[in-house]
Amino acid sequence: MANRKIGAQTVRFENRPYIIGRGNIGGKKEGEGPIADSFDQILDDDMFEEKSWEKAECKMLEAAMEKAMKRAQLEKENIDIMLCGDLVNQIMTSSFAARDLHIPFLGLYGACSTMTESLAIGSMLVDGGFARSILAGASSHFCTAERQFRMPVEHGNQRPTSAQWTATAAGAVVVSEWPHGITKGMSVVRVCEATIGKVMDAGIRDANQMGAAMAPAAVDTLLNHLQDTKRDIDYYDLVVTGDLGYIGKEIMSDLLADAGLNRKKIFSHYDDCGTMLYSKEQDVHGGGSGCGCSASVFAGKLLKDMEQGKYRRILLMSTGALLSTISPFQGESIPGIAHAVALEVE
Amino acid sequence: MEYIWAFVIGGIWCVIGQILMDGTKLTAPRILVIFVVTGVVLQALDLYQPLVDLAGNGATVPLPGFGYNLAKGAMEGAKKGFLEAVTGPVNVTAAGVAAAITFGYIVSLFFSPKSPKR
Amino acid sequence: MLQISEEQNKEKEKQKKEIGKAYGKYAKQFTPKPKYFSNCVKAFLTGGIICVAALAVQNRLQAAGISEKDAGAFVTMGLVILAQLLTGLGIFDVIAKHAGAGVIVPITGFANSMVAPAIEFKKEGPVLGVGSKLFTVAGPVLVCGISAATVTGIIYWFIEKF
Repeated sequence: MANRKIGAQTVRFENRPYIIGRGNIGGKKEGEGPIADSFDQILDDDMFEEKSWEKAECKMLEAAMEKAMKRAQLEKENIDIMLCGDLVNQIMTSSFAARDLHIPFLGLYGACSTMTESLAIGSMLVDGGFARSILAGASSHFCTAERQFRMPVEHGNQRPTSAQWTATAAGAVVVSEWPHGITKGMSVVRVCEATIGKVMDAGIRDANQMGAAMAPAAVDTLLNHLQDTKRDIDYYDLVVTGDLGYIGKEIMSDLLADAGLNRKKIFSHYDDCGTMLYSKEQDVHGGGSGCGCSASVFAGKLLKDMEQGKYRRILLMSTGALLSTISPFQGESIPGIAHAVALEVE
Repeated sequence: MEYIWAFVIGGIWCVIGQILMDGTKLTAPRILVIFVVTGVVLQALDLYQPLVDLAGNGATVPLPGFGYNLAKGAMEGAKKGFLEAVTGPVNVTAAGVAAAITFGYIVSLFFSPKSPKR
Repeated sequence: MLQISEEQNKEKEKQKKEIGKAYGKYAKQFTPKPKYFSNCVKAFLTGGIICVAALAVQNRLQAAGISEKDAGAFVTMGLVILAQLLTGLGIFDVIAKHAGAGVIVPITGFANSMVAPAIEFKKEGPVLGVGSKLFTVAGPVLVCGISAATVTGIIYWFIEKF
């Protein structure tokens, strides 16, 4: 059997699974941002006509998944496995969405890195012949995350300048062994490689410094990916991290330059989903964050741009801060993680 | 004159709070605790009463004033006996605390949280 | 042998802490500074205005023949109820965003800190949801404040007695 592992942390997919469907959904604030038109649906009210925010997030994830399946022209019976995760305790959103959708389900938790975690594992399953089509997705909701990890929403506290805004959004894609429903001449995105990241901890303790806490993990994963694949950063039209935000993006660029990468190339080939989702006027301080940030930007803007030929190769690196609700109170620092998935248009 | 002192003293407490919020990693709950305990300690050392005499509500409305009231109740009670020393703090602040609990409960049951507009 | 490994562990822990500190400092370069001055001015003004308004009401009540102590209690109750109502209406956090400590340090901040967590836990029920969450922030304040004051009372009682 051919070994698909290359280098230290990377797998190369032999059959290059196809991304044949995508769906995303955003909250009100996301709908007022610069990439509002890349959303399939935008909510007028973040409650989504539900009784609790958790229910609303669940409904959002389902909506994104259903849209992805519709685009792929598949029924849920055709989906072998659904892989997803979120930020609510014990990944409640994903499990409850899976309860309603009734698809075999693998729940994942990688904090905000869940989108690439699910995409990487899903692609492995498809590439290895263990599944024909899978659903990969992630979601987050400002109100469910905020009340769990930080302060109550109505509490009159001021957000520090480095605080990031948890996106109220969900995104999902269908990955399949066969370009189902894609006719000749249409461009289709394929998954080429995936690099699984190591947990890195630089000792940041401040839960309002997420970008800084996650940047070292993103740097480590990217450098390993480039080494494993023997590529330079400009092999990709765009290297995009999940939710480092404005501060994390600058730290990442600086650390990459320190590691010997060309500053100009970094500047022109690297961006961050957290800085794309909102405009600076929206008062989000450090930029966007949350599972839904990279999931919705990827399943919306990035894949759309690829289909339209704006980008040929993208390296998506969702980044996660693996803190728990109790770890900061016990004085633990915040570990970060990042997984990379290389995508190419065909 | 009383109004000016109320404004200045009340304002200064808030500025101290703001500096703690911006300059340190202390979160709002911790700052509230620090302020109340500060008020208790200052009054225990007989340092807060002059401030109240000077600024009135300017010294009692900020949270150290809550601590001041608690300590004052205890100190006045101590003059009467042991039991009064123990019940004093809760006794003098009972109106505010009871109102906060009861009305807070009613408000929480009646209203729903809004998705932030910030 | 055991001692050595313990020492090594400590050394490692220390090193880790130092790396964390250095990295934190490095990350701070990229973090925009809060607007200390304008934040403080806003806090000073709002805090001052709240205190002056409280004093005005207090004086009005006292002029109407209510004792100083009772008037003080009415003022406190009024501020608490107003702050909680504004929290319920979703206005308090908008004000606090600008006023910062100006509304947090006065008793209004305490009132807000009770309703804010409770209101989010309505779905968890009126007893274990709202009933317990009312005290997530107010609890520590009451516990620390009342304990400190009670200890003060007992100390004073001792001094008084002996």
